[in-house]
Amino acid sequence: SADTVEDEMEMATVRHRPEALELLEAQSKFTKKELQILYRGFKNECPSGVVNEETFKEIYSQFFPQGDSTTYAHFLFNAFDTDHNGSVSFEDFVMGLSILLRGTVQEKLNWAFNLYDINKDGYITKEEMLDIMKAIYDMMGKCTYPVLKEDAPRQHVETFFQKMDKNKDGVVTIDEFIESCQKDENIMRSMQLFENVI
Amino acid sequence: MAAGVAAWLPFARAAAIGWMPVANCPMPLAPTEKNKRQDELIILNVSGRRFQTWRTTLERYPDTLLGSTEKEFFFNEDTKEYFFDRDPEVFRCILNFYRTGKLHYPRYECISAYDEELAFYGILPEIIGDCCYEEYKDRKRENAERLMDDNDSENNQEGSMPSLSFRQTMWRAFENPHTSTLALVFYYVTGFFIAVSVITNVVETVPCGTVPGNKELPCGERYAVAFFCLDTACVMIFTVEYLLRLFAAPSRYRFIRSVMSIIDVVAIMPYYIGLVMTNNEDVSGAFVTLRVFRVFRIFKFSRHSQGLRILGYTLKSCASELGFLLFSLTMAIIIFATVMFYAEKGSSASKFTSIPASFWYTIVTMTTLGYGDMVPKTIAGKIFGSICSLSGVLVIALPVPVIVSNFSRIYHQNQRADKRRAQKKARLARIRVAKTGSSNAYLHSKRNGLLNEALELTGSTEEEQHMTKGTSLIESQHHHLLHCLEKTTGLSYLVDDPLLSVRASTIKNHEFIDEQMFEQNCMESSMQNYPSSRSPSLSSHHGLTTSCCSRRNKKTTHLPNSSVPATRLRSMQELSTIHIQCSEQPSLTTSRSSLNMKSDDGLRPNCKAAQITTAIISIPTPPALTPEGESRPTPGSPGHSTNIPTTTTTTTANIVKVSAL
Repeated sequence: SADTVEDEMEMATVRHRPEALELLEAQSKFTKKELQILYRGFKNECPSGVVNEETFKEIYSQFFPQGDSTTYAHFLFNAFDTDHNGSVSFEDFVMGLSILLRGTVQEKLNWAFNLYDINKDGYITKEEMLDIMKAIYDMMGKCTYPVLKEDAPRQHVETFFQKMDKNKDGVVTIDEFIESCQKDENIMRSMQLFENVI
Repeated sequence: MAAGVAAWLPFARAAAIGWMPVANCPMPLAPTEKNKRQDELIILNVSGRRFQTWRTTLERYPDTLLGSTEKEFFFNEDTKEYFFDRDPEVFRCILNFYRTGKLHYPRYECISAYDEELAFYGILPEIIGDCCYEEYKDRKRENAERLMDDNDSENNQEGSMPSLSFRQTMWRAFENPHTSTLALVFYYVTGFFIAVSVITNVVETVPCGTVPGNKELPCGERYAVAFFCLDTACVMIFTVEYLLRLFAAPSRYRFIRSVMSIIDVVAIMPYYIGLVMTNNEDVSGAFVTLRVFRVFRIFKFSRHSQGLRILGYTLKSCASELGFLLFSLTMAIIIFATVMFYAEKGSSASKFTSIPASFWYTIVTMTTLGYGDMVPKTIAGKIFGSICSLSGVLVIALPVPVIVSNFSRIYHQNQRADKRRAQKKARLARIRVAKTGSSNAYLHSKRNGLLNEALELTGSTEEEQHMTKGTSLIESQHHHLLHCLEKTTGLSYLVDDPLLSVRASTIKNHEFIDEQMFEQNCMESSMQNYPSSRSPSLSSHHGLTTSCCSRRNKKTTHLPNSSVPATRLRSMQELSTIHIQCSEQPSLTTSRSSLNMKSDDGLRPNCKAAQITTAIISIPTPPALTPEGESRPTPGSPGHSTNIPTTTTTTTANIVKVSAL
């Protein structure tokens, strides 16, 4: 606990101030009003101006009370923390949301690929996908119908690779991914689902 | 869901894009924001002090006064602000609740004033944050006790207790002598006789006057008859009292085991045993010993003295401390007695004949009494004797204040620990309730969403209006998010609650039905043959489904201020369990009554209307629906003992139970 106390002290002194509103407006695809709303919510939860992974996991787990969302939140955190410095500032947050909510389908798929590619080497392997899949299934928790079978994530991964891995080399590259997704109507449609979130 | 975290909901929903490429099924449609307003500042004027906040902040809790349309009643057209003629100090806390999601209870505030304000603004006190909850509960309990005392004294003065039986009145009279004059008289009479009895016992042994023969006789033997009469009278009174108490006691078994009754019995037994045994000379010695027990009568005073009772309880609770003191003293005594014995062994005519004999010397010395009947004579004995008396001071004097302060501390600590333990259980229960509350709310809204779509099919608009104003936008968005997760994984949520596990199997069946339809519509294509798939899986679940829903109802109506407003939820539940008369009339009435937990009669007409106007089954339409990619399982039609025509409003007796779809 001594470490966390020091951490908190550090966090408190490093009071991050985001860049100017105009700059963010130019960089992202949000309007000024939307940025204001976003920042108010952000600052409410994280007065120090940055989110560290613990807070991130806590916030995310509030939305999934039944399951364990920490693993998925970890992957999500890494996807948002583009400069990999262990904390997500408001700029990172806004840039990520800008892609997800206002980006082109290409950009969104790119982001998703980045999420799945845990070690950021440009290839999604079956192991990485399995980790992601398990994390997603963990969020459902124990009480589900039908009861979660042991190999359900693995089977899901198999289905995924069957669909995505065109040249059957055991990994999915970004091009294969984007191409396969663009062919799937369901995925295309669901990408547009959250347009009006803000 | 905490209010602050609700601001992150857009982020969570955006992040859900990460699931999309992985999902096998189409996703449900997102809830649309009807008449989305620009966020505006609203002014709340509370007794002259102006507070300002965003409209959306207040709308986080739609089941409170400020979050619902109820505040429109307080809108002042001229000044364009909401005016409340209430306490601005407490309003500060209440507004902070909307802002931060945590309700705090300020210490300086009076508990009843605070409660009144909470009731006015429609906020349940159960959601007070953990930081302030203990304080709040303590103050509330004190207040309740004070009120109870007041009520009791009021009642006593009025004397209006017509409903108690004779036995209960008697018991009350025994326990509280101040309830009636008769009880008071009884109280004083018994007290008097206890005193008489004790004094008799004492005076019996005093030598009073000589008898010719130069023998001093104790009074007891000189005036034997008089004393015997007095004793008899006292024992009569005590016996009558005991029998009366035994008769009046609400739980005789418990009364017999209580301390006071044991004292009573021990006090009067010697007399009766003496009556029985007077002839036998051999046991007269034992009989004399028994008379010692008569002194226990003095303990009967503890019924008359509150202080004695407290002392007794104190000693009882301090027992371990006293035990430790005794143990350490015993250790010291044994050590010193042994040493003194061996030191004095050498000297002639020493009184220290054995170690137990030395105990007396050690005790007398250590407690600094020093009678002087046993003194060491050898030098070694004197040295050890002085060490003994010095250490005696320490051993006796030190633990006593420590014990006293220990006792005081432990006593208070025990009370606090018990309180904390009791509140911990309540706190965990609250957390669990909140958790299941949010998942409950999600499941309910899922069902209601289906009902909504079904109603849209049939085109009945009144119930639809009922439905849509049920959940707030944030809630519907949250539920949409959870729904997407279900679709991605192909699983669906069950409620995890031990309360419901009593009839878990029935719930599971219920869920089976529900989710099975979900899954079918999701996973399989339109080739699915609906009627055939449904009928085998849905054996008649009349009783089960109603009980499920009623119980779920019971759960949700207890939830304080959680996701779905209680009142609206109830109305939704009413509609979602649209009962239609089958052959099962009795179950209908029972379930209806159980549904109307806090029954407003206002809801009943609604149900009746729903009952009559909608039968939500449409068999022919499903194949046309599925290509739209939206899961619209034709809701319900579980349990079909009857023929199901196409969707029409039907008032016929051919109705099928569509519980919770």
